[in-house]
Amino acid sequence: MKKNIKFIQGNEVCVEAALYAGLDFFAGYPITPSTEISEHLSKRLPEKGGKFLQMEDEIASLCAIIGASLTGCKVLTATSGPGFSLMQEALGYAIMAEIPCVIVNVQRGGPSTGNPTHVSQGDVNQARWGTHGDHAIIVLTASNHQDLFNITVDAFNLAETYRTPVILLFDEVIGHMREKLVMPEKGEIELVDRLRTSLGEGIDYHPYLPREDGRLPMSDFGGVHRYNVTGLFHDMWGFPSDNPQVVHGLIRHLVDKIENNVHQIARFKEFFMEDARTVLVSYGAAARSALHITKNRRARGERVGLLELQSLWPFPSHIVREKCASAQKVIVVEMNVGQILKEVKNAVDNPEKVFLANRVDGELITPTDIKSIMRLIHGKGV
Amino acid sequence: MAVKDYIRKRFFPHIWCPGCGHGIVLNNLLRAIEKLKLKKNEIVMTSGIGCSSRISGYVDFHTLHTIHGRALCFATGVKMNRPELKLIVPMGDGDALAIGGNHFIHAARRNIDITAIIMNNRIYGMTGGQFSPLSGYGTKGTTAPFMNIDHGFDVVELSKAAGATFVARTSTYHVKQMVDILADAIDHKGFSVVEIMSQCPTYFGRKNKLGGATDMMTFYKDHTTPVGSKEKKANPELIERGIFVHEDLPEYCNEYDKVIEMAKASLK
Ligand SMILES: Cc1ncc(C[n+]2csc(CCOP(=O)(O)OP(=O)(O)O)c2C)c(N)n1
Ligand code: SF4
Repeated sequence: MKKNIKFIQGNEVCVEAALYAGLDFFAGYPITPSTEISEHLSKRLPEKGGKFLQMEDEIASLCAIIGASLTGCKVLTATSGPGFSLMQEALGYAIMAEIPCVIVNVQRGGPSTGNPTHVSQGDVNQARWGTHGDHAIIVLTASNHQDLFNITVDAFNLAETYRTPVILLFDEVIGHMREKLVMPEKGEIELVDRLRTSLGEGIDYHPYLPREDGRLPMSDFGGVHRYNVTGLFHDMWGFPSDNPQVVHGLIRHLVDKIENNVHQIARFKEFFMEDARTVLVSYGAAARSALHITKNRRARGERVGLLELQSLWPFPSHIVREKCASAQKVIVVEMNVGQILKEVKNAVDNPEKVFLANRVDGELITPTDIKSIMRLIHGKGV
Repeated sequence: MAVKDYIRKRFFPHIWCPGCGHGIVLNNLLRAIEKLKLKKNEIVMTSGIGCSSRISGYVDFHTLHTIHGRALCFATGVKMNRPELKLIVPMGDGDALAIGGNHFIHAARRNIDITAIIMNNRIYGMTGGQFSPLSGYGTKGTTAPFMNIDHGFDVVELSKAAGATFVARTSTYHVKQMVDILADAIDHKGFSVVEIMSQCPTYFGRKNKLGGATDMMTFYKDHTTPVGSKEKKANPELIERGIFVHEDLPEYCNEYDKVIEMAKASLK
């Protein structure tokens, strides 16, 4: 069969993948560098009978998709730093009420309005801890269009599997870059639908009573079962409770359902890692430059490898520890002041061998930048 | 179905103070639903945060208790995908018009088929008596110990200007009118707003020396007049109650169906 090959922007790949995953409903508010996602979906969703809403702000957008998800839709919103900041309270609501949804943050430079049209990876920790209270979250990223497609489909699958918001943390370079995409055929990537209750009408359904395996089957809101959903701590009926046992049980459930599954959720790629003495750890657009310099150094016989992270949270410490075990130097390549650096230091046996190669001036970190930093780290000067 | 069949008895007693107007709204809202002979499965109630917003816990409908000020946004997401359901969104005055003011005007502008009920007790009850955008100039609250210098919104004028296609006002004293108005509002296809002047004796009453709940309700009896009445001309201070706007204009979910048709046609 002839392959369906496209040459498109990263934001458009995200749209294609979301539709492939079964997206029904999108609500958003325009912001650079994510706006193309809204623009494309405003056309593509109604074409398939889905719905696109442009809301009055990002708070409204996330709230609207949460409402839509409850009714049984697969949902998405897309934004960038300032909008992602506005979404934090509703994000916590989706975590607390366990409502599947996917949120794209095409990162730009911050804080504040920052650097709207330039690249950054400054929202890594915000994605982890932006909303208040103890919680866990799934955050995925990608460095090229084929991966971006796969990881976007994955985001929907994980959201439905774990009944949780999943954040796709892209960046301006990936979002705006044009590159080849081979469109996967229908059925080529597995799609996950949420677990729905088998209880029929008239039978008492407890929305927050876990099955034996810990999962909570959903019932499409507005359908045959009536129940309550709240952002307050709640019991198995979804009714508010401040009973210490209920509160403790729910916090543990919300955190454990994700943290205990880090092995299933972890996504990564490795290049030239077998005998690597210097390991680059990178993700997103920075990983493109890291891959380039890795190949370049290998061609000169240097034992350099690249570990590319595609899931940032829950942080795949076990992977980083294992892959960096025999490295003499570990260099984290990212476009912030060292947000994943700290996690890598925590993960490895010897934090002293971990260094940072970064850029925070709104420009993409280049292979030459990384090369210079590597030379300095190895005591070779520039 | 009797009113008592619409409530979740298991979750009583409710959290409201003695004399609070919110319970009166609950009672008469259920009477309005009974009057319309709606089934429990046909109704979604979405609410935000506040004493008023707790109303959603007590009713045996599909209930979505959300975050402060954003109930209309969640309701929009539900309604777009289940347009056959009746969406009822009770809100406090702070919830609807301070933190939620932006969402309120935009929901009205879209004319999406949702019934917004503003339970206006002129104060932030849940957080202990701070002034709200409806307290009005010269009132007192725990954050206006001397005098509130913020002017209030006129909910009716605001809703009209924002594009709501059904706008009404009543009070906790006028319970028969409340039932009729709420039934009309729920029945209306489009964005409907019902302002119910309510009382918080615990904070607004006490801070402003207005007496107990009955005194506050008597105030509504004595200081309101049916919309368009002669008394209003003689005494402009009177607050009008009744239905101010009731018009049929294209509803948002129906409009979006047109977009879908156009999008599908464009593929052919
Ligand atoms: C984002 C956010 N800010 C502040 C609060 C605190 N808060 C809870 S209810 C409320 C106001 C309640 O007043 P109103 O909406 O008028 O309802 P009432 O309690 O009077 O019925 C406030 C400020 C909150 N829950 N969330
Ligand atoms: S504080 Fe006021 S609004 Fe809240 S329950 Fe008591 S009387 Fe009602």
